[in-house]
Amino acid sequence: MSHDKRTFEFYVLAAFFALFVLFLYGPLSAILILSFQGENGGLTFPLNGVSLHWFANLFERQAVGDFGGSFKRSFILGLMVMIVTVVVSLLAGLAFRQKFRGATALFYLAVASLVVPSIIISLGIGVVFQQIGFRPAWYTSGFGAHLTWTLPFGVLIMFAVFNRFSPAYEEAARDLGATSWQTFAHVVLPMIAPSLIGVGLFGFTLSYDEFARTLMTSGTFNTLPLEIYGMTTNVTTPVLYALGTVTTVFSFLVILLTLGAIAYVGGRRPRA
Amino acid sequence: MTVALDQPVAAAKPARRGRFSINVVPYLQAAPLALILGAFLLLPILMIAVVSFWDYDFAAMYPDFLTTNYADTLGSWVTWKTYLNTLKYAGIVWALTLFIGFWVAYFLAFHIRTTAMQMVLFLVCTVPFLTSNIIRMISWIPVLGRNGLVNSTLVEIGLIPKPIEWLLYSEFAVVLAMVHLYTLFMVTPIFNTLMRIDKSLIEAARDAGASGWQVLWNVIIPLAKPGMAIGTIFVVTLVMADFSTVQVMSGGQSASVALMMKNQMSLLQYPAAAANAVVLLVLVLLMVAGILRIVDIRKEL
Repeated sequence: MSHDKRTFEFYVLAAFFALFVLFLYGPLSAILILSFQGENGGLTFPLNGVSLHWFANLFERQAVGDFGGSFKRSFILGLMVMIVTVVVSLLAGLAFRQKFRGATALFYLAVASLVVPSIIISLGIGVVFQQIGFRPAWYTSGFGAHLTWTLPFGVLIMFAVFNRFSPAYEEAARDLGATSWQTFAHVVLPMIAPSLIGVGLFGFTLSYDEFARTLMTSGTFNTLPLEIYGMTTNVTTPVLYALGTVTTVFSFLVILLTLGAIAYVGGRRPRA
Repeated sequence: MTVALDQPVAAAKPARRGRFSINVVPYLQAAPLALILGAFLLLPILMIAVVSFWDYDFAAMYPDFLTTNYADTLGSWVTWKTYLNTLKYAGIVWALTLFIGFWVAYFLAFHIRTTAMQMVLFLVCTVPFLTSNIIRMISWIPVLGRNGLVNSTLVEIGLIPKPIEWLLYSEFAVVLAMVHLYTLFMVTPIFNTLMRIDKSLIEAARDAGASGWQVLWNVIIPLAKPGMAIGTIFVVTLVMADFSTVQVMSGGQSASVALMMKNQMSLLQYPAAAANAVVLLVLVLLMVAGILRIVDIRKEL
């Protein structure tokens, strides 16, 4: 009897889960389809023919502002943020394994970075730059603003990784005569490599999609999300959907590439 | 074997303690994080606190010590209404994401048998979170719009005579989009805590004669509370800080505190926005501190 009840619960929850997935992906697939809207089609269904018109439109400057330029800026910024996030989070994770003064304060500062409303950070950095007399730019103030969003994720992930990391491996390496650098490079690093790739993925995608923190800190040139945000108010053609499709496909590619890298590194790793 | 492992640990201990007083390594390792957060988090917040007391006109800000910015903010009926509205969104979205997030995590943790399948389904939930928030908001337009999928389907099957107007550009749309954007922040931490529940606890409860609901209510939910608390921190702070969802999805018909700040910023009224920022920050930090009394995050990672 209890077995029957469990299967019933399973089907109810499976249906709930399926609805949830539909809720997540349904609207996205709607704009995916509508981005192939015919030349005379509008923002809603039905499709008025099928064309690549709006994708071509994407690359005309007057239609959507500066798509190419803003994409390039967002891409470079994402890479910069990714590299710094991985390195700084790894170092901080290593630091937190030892006792040092201010460890708790630093940890809570990282958590605070996550909970402080983005727009406040944006405003604050904007005002600081204004008072110092620096011009805000996406690669200075915008870069810093993005790091306040990606670093807490990186630090928390590294914290979780090292919480589960047994010191026995390092002790074994040391017993075998490895220097501390050798222990780190040949024992610790290969074991945490998949997590580091995960941190990198977070760093890149969070930066690539971020815009509340970029609002006051990007300076003269827009990043891609700011460009899209601007378009929501004044673009009324499916070119908006074409842009959405292109950036979403790009995000999916980045995720796939990362998962592939994690699987590759994880597979190469000697059984621990 | 264990003896061989234990010995060097014991031998290393006094040596390590002797080194500890001059061990600069952790400080060097923590320095980059401290520097970045100091420059781009602490300093800006301090600056906002300072600027919130400054004077300003249409062109510039003037260093001063005025409380008028706070008096204007807290003395205005609009501000209070906006705060109430934002808290209302936070409450509704929190309740919905908690409900959906818990059941999704519960299904993944207890009903999916293989780890591989669990990971695949979890990734399916995670991937949209890694794509653009604005695009995900925009994607509701063809679904909810006046001639959107929902309306045209309902009209076609004859359930309603004419399209429903409040599906898009309304408070309903704001809540829907926020649930869409933020539920994952609830799923992940709850899934994490559920996965760590020792299955033998559940068996023990069953053996002791607990019904399915009793197991859920007296064993699983209490053990999942830390995950729920972390999810709550994420969702509440994200909703309290939101301006874009409110702006885009309500079509300018609804307000939130951050949107009010953004409008002040675009009018270059930085000190007024700063006063607002201080009030909002205090409110958010109080909420988080309240939640942190229930859970120690360092233990949950």
